[in-house]
Amino acid sequence: MSEQLEPLKKSEISVNDIAYTKMQTGESVGLLGHLKGFLVPFSKIFKKTLTVEYPEVKAPTAERFHGRHQLNRHPDGLEKCIGCELCAWACPADAIYVEGADNTPENQMSPGERYGKVYQINYLRCVFCGLCIEACPTRALTMTNEYELADESRAKLIFEKEDLLAPLRQGMLMPPHPMYPDMDESNYYKGEVKQSHPSQDVK
Amino acid sequence: MTTEVVDMITVVVDGFEVSVPKGTLVIRAAEKLGIQIPRFCDHPLLDPVGACRQCLVDIEINGRAFPKPQASCTIPVEPGMIVKTQLTSPVAEKAQRGVMELLLINHPLDCPVCDKGGECPLQNQAMSNGQGETRFEGVKRTFQKPINISSQVLLDRERCVLCARCTRFSEQIASDPFITLNERGALQQVGIYENKPFESYFSGNTVQICPVGALTGAAYRFRARPFDLVSTPSACEHCASGCDMRTDVRRGKTLRRLAGDDSTVNEEWNCDKGRWAFKYVTSVDRLTTPMVRNASGELIPASWPEALAAAAKGLKASKAAVLVGGRATYEDAYGYSKFARVALGTNDIDFRSRLSSNEEREFLAARVVGSTTTYLDIDRADHVLLVGFEPEEESPIVFLRLNKQVRKRALKVTAIATKLSIGVEKLKGEFVKVAPGAEAAAIASQSLTSKSVILVGERAAESAGVLSAVAALADSSNAKIAWIPRRAGERGALEAGAIGNLLPGGRPVSDASARVDIAAVWGSNSLPSAEGKSTQEIYAAVNAGEIGALVVGGVDPLDGEDSQSALAALEKAFVVSLEIASSAVTQHADVVLPVAAVTEKSGSFLNWEGRPRSFDAAVQDSLNRSDLRILSMIAQEMGTSINLGTVSAAIKEISSLGKWEGTRASMSKVSASAQPTVSGDQFILTSWRRLLDLGTLQQGEENLAGTARKTVAVISPKRAGALGVVDGDKLKISTSLGSVTLSALVEDIHDDAIWAPRNSRGSQLLVNLGVAHGAVVSVVKV
Repeated sequence: MSEQLEPLKKSEISVNDIAYTKMQTGESVGLLGHLKGFLVPFSKIFKKTLTVEYPEVKAPTAERFHGRHQLNRHPDGLEKCIGCELCAWACPADAIYVEGADNTPENQMSPGERYGKVYQINYLRCVFCGLCIEACPTRALTMTNEYELADESRAKLIFEKEDLLAPLRQGMLMPPHPMYPDMDESNYYKGEVKQSHPSQDVK
Repeated sequence: MTTEVVDMITVVVDGFEVSVPKGTLVIRAAEKLGIQIPRFCDHPLLDPVGACRQCLVDIEINGRAFPKPQASCTIPVEPGMIVKTQLTSPVAEKAQRGVMELLLINHPLDCPVCDKGGECPLQNQAMSNGQGETRFEGVKRTFQKPINISSQVLLDRERCVLCARCTRFSEQIASDPFITLNERGALQQVGIYENKPFESYFSGNTVQICPVGALTGAAYRFRARPFDLVSTPSACEHCASGCDMRTDVRRGKTLRRLAGDDSTVNEEWNCDKGRWAFKYVTSVDRLTTPMVRNASGELIPASWPEALAAAAKGLKASKAAVLVGGRATYEDAYGYSKFARVALGTNDIDFRSRLSSNEEREFLAARVVGSTTTYLDIDRADHVLLVGFEPEEESPIVFLRLNKQVRKRALKVTAIATKLSIGVEKLKGEFVKVAPGAEAAAIASQSLTSKSVILVGERAAESAGVLSAVAALADSSNAKIAWIPRRAGERGALEAGAIGNLLPGGRPVSDASARVDIAAVWGSNSLPSAEGKSTQEIYAAVNAGEIGALVVGGVDPLDGEDSQSALAALEKAFVVSLEIASSAVTQHADVVLPVAAVTEKSGSFLNWEGRPRSFDAAVQDSLNRSDLRILSMIAQEMGTSINLGTVSAAIKEISSLGKWEGTRASMSKVSASAQPTVSGDQFILTSWRRLLDLGTLQQGEENLAGTARKTVAVISPKRAGALGVVDGDKLKISTSLGSVTLSALVEDIHDDAIWAPRNSRGSQLLVNLGVAHGAVVSVVKV
């Protein structure tokens, strides 16, 4: 047995040992045969064109396309992110870096005790797999359909929290501000806060 | 050494036989086989309690089965026992699932904001032994959260699973029963007394052993997740206990430190200072570049070659001496020791930047260097005598070890002190009350045996004759001596010869063959033969113009007895300062060289036993160099060479030196000085440093400082009556130099004495009064 398992030595194979067969050639197709090949492009001339002139024209992506991330807000403007780092934990590319911090009465950034003080996504590492948004317990992190993420330096492709935060919509106030009166974080998570209350505007 | 004969018992767990010593708990017998039974309340160093019921297993003894599953953490093994865990018994498995379900009924689902998330026994065991889905549909019990049970420990009551680990630790290990389980049933919760926060020196351990996130540290709360952190095994730099530690770093910044597991030293505990005092490393006034004083007297940032050249030039110009603080690592101290002898050609080096005496120096050479007394000797002692040593304040792990023996077998502890302390009270120790300065006579009247241990603190040097009396007592009784300094580096500095009368390895300077020994390894022709000066003598020599240059590393001039002369000497001499941050020394220095802090370098400390506690750099890629490396560079610049570029080179050289086998230096007997008589408003001052005070390494730790004990002046009931003082009255203690005003506390203290903390807020005795122990002060009620 063992001898047969020895690798073949170079000298043991000669050119004559290798079997070969002559290549098969088909029958001649003739002139008509060649023209038949052009039928496909000719037939497309009269059809509607699918080419999009990017970047002049930007076609919408699929609805659930994985684009740039966004950090969402509660309807009163408080941030949804609680700095739990589960997104960073889930990330297979180690693209997310988060530091949590305490909410204080003077500096309430999100409902509850904790908010994300530092939030960075490195788009040079991100593979847009979406595991981070699946991990997010408060739906703070979601993905937008924005795909134009090219830039001229490495540093610019590390997005900070300000770059990722969703814009303020109607009824939202810029945090920090106190939570909605007589509501706690569980009311926020249940969607019972619909918009900001006048008393929340500390300015 | 006797080995105890242990009865072994064989039991069967899940079909596998295992032999364990009699008295072993079933849960540990299973562990020995590698079978893990889920648990929360069980902790190998705490008494079993069976509080959480998570470890239920089926047990059968000699064919008779228990009718219901039993808690394996409370039942010791017995012959003929057959144990079926969740792996083989469906009944045990179902019971465990049920218990887990009950524990989770009221446990909040706030893992994303909980600090324990990711390293939580409840989270892990709910995954491994729990149900995937909850059947509970009601509203969970909630409490107001979190509550501060001290300024550094926070309690989230709804997360608690009532395992009683924290309360058992506080009662059984620390003897600080400040927390307890209140109420009953679903409302049961951990609580503190109404007016008494959880101000234990060991409270951090409860945070570490909490199996859920109910107890969290205020400083670490919401800072990081376990997967962020890079953990490095390290050693504690705060005191001479020598705790094994773990340092967790994220992006170059230490975020937390945990007690390591070393059964021979700190078991699994440490003190709050070791756990929570680490921000000094990143304190704002860290030195970043070398600095050189220019012609107009200003310190100007300079390049390394420039600074090294300036240092070398100044040190070569005149006679120089070395002052190295007690915080240097063993290898750094060895570097200083060799630098003084080889590069500066002098024995004028002293690591004792504190109150010290020449009697102490002789004592260290005769009794301490190379001593092999260990924690094990405390475990086996029949009687422990404390001299000038307050274990809870000055070496907390020694206190825990004493406390363990006191609780386990009523170890007899005797403290010779001026004031009864909380620590000695907890140790149920005999308090031998003496006047400050009169300790020696009390020591002589003690009777010890060869199994006794005398624990001598660094404060024993503050009264003349005490160390002579200790040596005489040890000789007459054959008791063991252990010298327990406060600072982590002192024992290492002693062994490294960073003191005027000793060379490395405990070789006496006065012994010609010892000098030849060292000179051969160091490759130098001869070593200076005259014994060196002590710290105070060095300052005096500078002021007298005999010494012109000083190399100073990690010294606070305000720690000594005559800080005025120290500051004058630093002003006068050419000073090369190796420091991590700007200090009183760098202000007067001519060349300032920034060095690496403990977390940025590798090395080791020798704890009070002389046991090496080595550590690696926790913060990688630091540009800061160790003292050792910088001293090597200065020596090179001076035209000599100490060849100690790296820590491993130093370790290699130290081990090649070995220990001194020749005759030890002897100690001359010093008799106690005459006791001053006091009357009227005169008192004799006595003091010690508290664990949590204004120490340099505790800077920037507000949460930690919040649990420091109150700053008070303690006087005896008799003198308080004479002065008309009650608790809380203000007392003004003054000397010719200055005064401090503190609240009075009437306690058990010698009638002649008044006690105040040495370096606490509002009471920095050496700075404010110029004295700390044994001096007569006047006290008035204000």
